[in-house]
Amino acid sequence: MAADDPIRSVDDASTRLAAHGYLAGRELATAVFLAARLHRPLFLEGEAGVGKTELAKALALVLDTELLRLQCYEGLDVAQSAYEWNVARQMLEIRLAEASGKAAEPGFAATLYRREMLIERPLLRSLTAPRPPVLLIDEIDRADEPFEAFLLEVLSDYQISIPEFGPIRAQEPPLVILTSNRTREIHDALKRRCLYAWVDYPDAARELEIVRLRAPGANERLAREVVEFVQRTRTMDLFKLPGVAETIDWTNALIALDAMALDPDTVSDTIGVLLKYQEDVERMRAGDLGAMLDELRALSPSLPQ
Amino acid sequence: MAHRILDNITHFVRILRRAGLPVGTDRALRAAQALEAVGFDRRADVRAALMATLLTRHEQQEIFDAAFEAFWRDPKLLERMMMMALPTIRGRGPEPEIPKRPRRVEEALQAGAPPRRKEPPRSDEAIRFDALLGHSDRERLRKADFEAMSADEYKAALRLAATIELPLSPVRVRRLSASSRGRVDLRRTLRRMSRDPDTVVPARSTHRRRPPPLVILIDISGSMERYARVFLHFAHGLTRRDPRIRTLVFGTRLTVLSRTLRHRDPDTAMQAAAELITDWSGGTRIATSLAEFNRKWARRLLTGNAAMLLVTDGLDRDEGGDLGRQAALLSRFAHELVWLNPLLRFDGFEPRASGVRALLPHVDRFLPVHNLDSLHALGHAFASAPGRSPDAVRKARRTSSRPPSPSARGRPEER
Repeated sequence: MAADDPIRSVDDASTRLAAHGYLAGRELATAVFLAARLHRPLFLEGEAGVGKTELAKALALVLDTELLRLQCYEGLDVAQSAYEWNVARQMLEIRLAEASGKAAEPGFAATLYRREMLIERPLLRSLTAPRPPVLLIDEIDRADEPFEAFLLEVLSDYQISIPEFGPIRAQEPPLVILTSNRTREIHDALKRRCLYAWVDYPDAARELEIVRLRAPGANERLAREVVEFVQRTRTMDLFKLPGVAETIDWTNALIALDAMALDPDTVSDTIGVLLKYQEDVERMRAGDLGAMLDELRALSPSLPQ
Repeated sequence: MAHRILDNITHFVRILRRAGLPVGTDRALRAAQALEAVGFDRRADVRAALMATLLTRHEQQEIFDAAFEAFWRDPKLLERMMMMALPTIRGRGPEPEIPKRPRRVEEALQAGAPPRRKEPPRSDEAIRFDALLGHSDRERLRKADFEAMSADEYKAALRLAATIELPLSPVRVRRLSASSRGRVDLRRTLRRMSRDPDTVVPARSTHRRRPPPLVILIDISGSMERYARVFLHFAHGLTRRDPRIRTLVFGTRLTVLSRTLRHRDPDTAMQAAAELITDWSGGTRIATSLAEFNRKWARRLLTGNAAMLLVTDGLDRDEGGDLGRQAALLSRFAHELVWLNPLLRFDGFEPRASGVRALLPHVDRFLPVHNLDSLHALGHAFASAPGRSPDAVRKARRTSSRPPSPSARGRPEER
């Protein structure tokens, strides 16, 4: 929440996000507005490639502030996520103190744990930054339970307690976005502290707008056909449905191949951009792509002309 | 106005709670703040605001939608329905007439209203029964086939099954913890030095080890019924000791029981499970169920070197399904795929059924489960697994209690 220009309403959230190339549905825009207004972290769940991470990036642009990104992985610990003591410098100070005979003075040990001795990692940095940043805790489902537990304090009080130093609290809370691909269930204690939003695949009309915005090189016909094709693919019984990210990638791939419209061969050659499981690719190739494309064109398309 | 909002939200939250959504007071308060922030001009915004503040998982959406739909149309209606759902009133006197209520919410309301369960009557009895069992009785019970047990024996066996451990050999995880060996932890070393300045004893840390996550998938079709019940109790016992264990069952469709089995009381847990399962003792559609598991759950549950227990007799009702393909996928997700098959108790068992032959090439181990002893042995089989290197796995396969024919061993190279 940039102090100078906070998000004022749901409409404000969606227009400003759109201005930075992110087309949010009404539900998501509401969640974003509420996260900003109520100072609550926003927990985004959804399949891979529906634009959860992109939302955080766009928000940082909207609020004209820094984006701090913390990519989660198993074993992520305090030293990599929040803070670390500058042990090398502490050692150095001990040597200097020894040389000048100050090391024996009472209270010397305490001086080793000063504020300047802390190396800030994204979580701590998000609390101390002069201007409240957007903090993206990406793919929290990849971290393990101990890290989730560590996050609880940060998310509920915007505070980190450092044993040797004491608590550090944010003057003004950052806007926190957590994302999860649901590769595992996140503990309720963490979810309880957040606002929740499920990010779904966009409908055809919005996806077309997204493609126009993010793959501006595509001609209108190609963009429409790609979107229709992808929308159709999502109704199929596939192992991993393509996300919006895949739609954009695929469109760009087709542009790079100078495709003006979809045809069976091009689709077959580039399908790997869209589908990432061999089973799915085989399934798609086994079907009659030509017939499917004809059908797409013949059927009254789900997109308004 | 403000307290009217709060009143309405309280009502709405109570409906959701009855429908089984865990919504705390904190969330209700936050919902009130959220509504104040978005205003009441647009219905979609009110809905989105309530969703953002009251929901915690995608599965809750359906109940929420039905409840919201009804509430928005007429809050009074829902109020009356709620009165009806109160346990004291329900079921007495003639049904008050309520015009066209949404079926889903009504179901949710009824299912969510805590049914007055009878006090668990059996625990006492079971203890007495257990005490009555002499050593030789218990010995016999351990060896007896679940199918051949009398009703009383079977009941006792269910209790015993819940006490059996399954010691999985721990795997190394990335998280570090204090240890006498391993990497030097400078931060802790320095802290130790500041406490005791005259000595330099490096503090060390090393990778933690813990048992891998475990997923249990149980076939509850007619031919498996008795074994499946025992396994549910076994799974319940395991889940009580380690809530990370996930349990799913399938007959013709897949049902997730992980949360249900976390109830401490076995009777409550089993009753809750029975309410969820709609296809007890029916047919089996293994391929379809595995496909559903692969698509919806495998990526979520089989992470972090997870082991998977598949309990089925492999007798698939839908012949000609793509069981082999689904099994191959599954084996690539699971770090270790163990198939427990009660039919293996027959010495002359030959994998003739097409389902069995389709599954067999893709499992890492193939073990019998038909009595309590074989459940115990299961623990040993896991505990004795010597590490997790490919070599070790191959060795474990060779030493598994009943190796299927060598031709069935080949696994896809990409593993």
